Amino acid sequence: MSAFLAQGGYAAFIWPAYGASVVGILCAVWLVVSQYRAARTRLALLEKPKP
Amino acid sequence: MPTIFEFANPKRFMTLSARLLPWVSGVAVLAIAAGLWLGFTAPPDYQQGDTVRIMFVHVPAAWVAMMAYGLMAVASLFGLVWHHPLADVAAKSAAPLGALFTALALITGSLWGKPMWGTYWAWDARLTSFLILLFLYLGYIALWNAIEDEVRAARATAILALVGVVNLPIIEFSVDWWTTLHQGESIIRKGGPLIAPVFLWPLFAMAIGYTALFFALWMLRMRTEIIQRRTRTLLLREAAS
Repeated sequence: MSAFLAQGGYAAFIWPAYGASVVGILCAVWLVVSQYRAARTRLALLEKPKP
Repeated sequence: MPTIFEFANPKRFMTLSARLLPWVSGVAVLAIAAGLWLGFTAPPDYQQGDTVRIMFVHVPAAWVAMMAYGLMAVASLFGLVWHHPLADVAAKSAAPLGALFTALALITGSLWGKPMWGTYWAWDARLTSFLILLFLYLGYIALWNAIEDEVRAARATAILALVGVVNLPIIEFSVDWWTTLHQGESIIRKGGPLIAPVFLWPLFAMAIGYTALFFALWMLRMRTEIIQRRTRTLLLREAAS
């Protein structure tokens, strides 16, 4: 396990590269999905028949 | 026979994208999972050692960054010439995703550069042209936000996107045209790839995963933009009545 984490002595470069990729992608997914949900809710409220 | 414009109808797009989204997202998750597994079980490279694993996140991000700009430019051309509203939506929605993948390619590239080249950054042709790609994306997004009128904003940003497309061949061929620190083409080249299959498979899987992820996020952003435009129209109609 420690050999895997050490990545042949390049852990200081490999893990930040994967970390940045994971954080960047997850943030993008979260942002895109939450914006989509918010937009859909807003439109649904507007399209709701008014009494 | 239906034309491309009939397929690009916003209503038809909403139906089609709702059907495609789960499949494309599924492909993205599975391909990235497979790519990570293959990438971390591959042996270290004889020259790069374990840093070769950075390639599996760097190269697909760079490919998607360039593909996104190409798609944005094509959509901009359609929007500019045929004034198709879905083309504007497509171009606008692709820009932030393209910027993200460009930034990821630059970050992961510099993290690979330090142990291999001895520096995080060099003003070489490939790196500089890629940095320009990031600025083009940021400029495009800023221009969209700076102009209130949607039609005018679409036109101005389309021109910027089309002017910026000249940077794509510069990025692609920079390693052939100039002496660069960045290595030459080693995957898509005459005579086949120079990379061993053990590294090619994880790269291939990650490339499919990143591409599918981009398309899934792009579709979702386009759906959001269409819904937001419909909301604005309804609000304006309500205000007018």
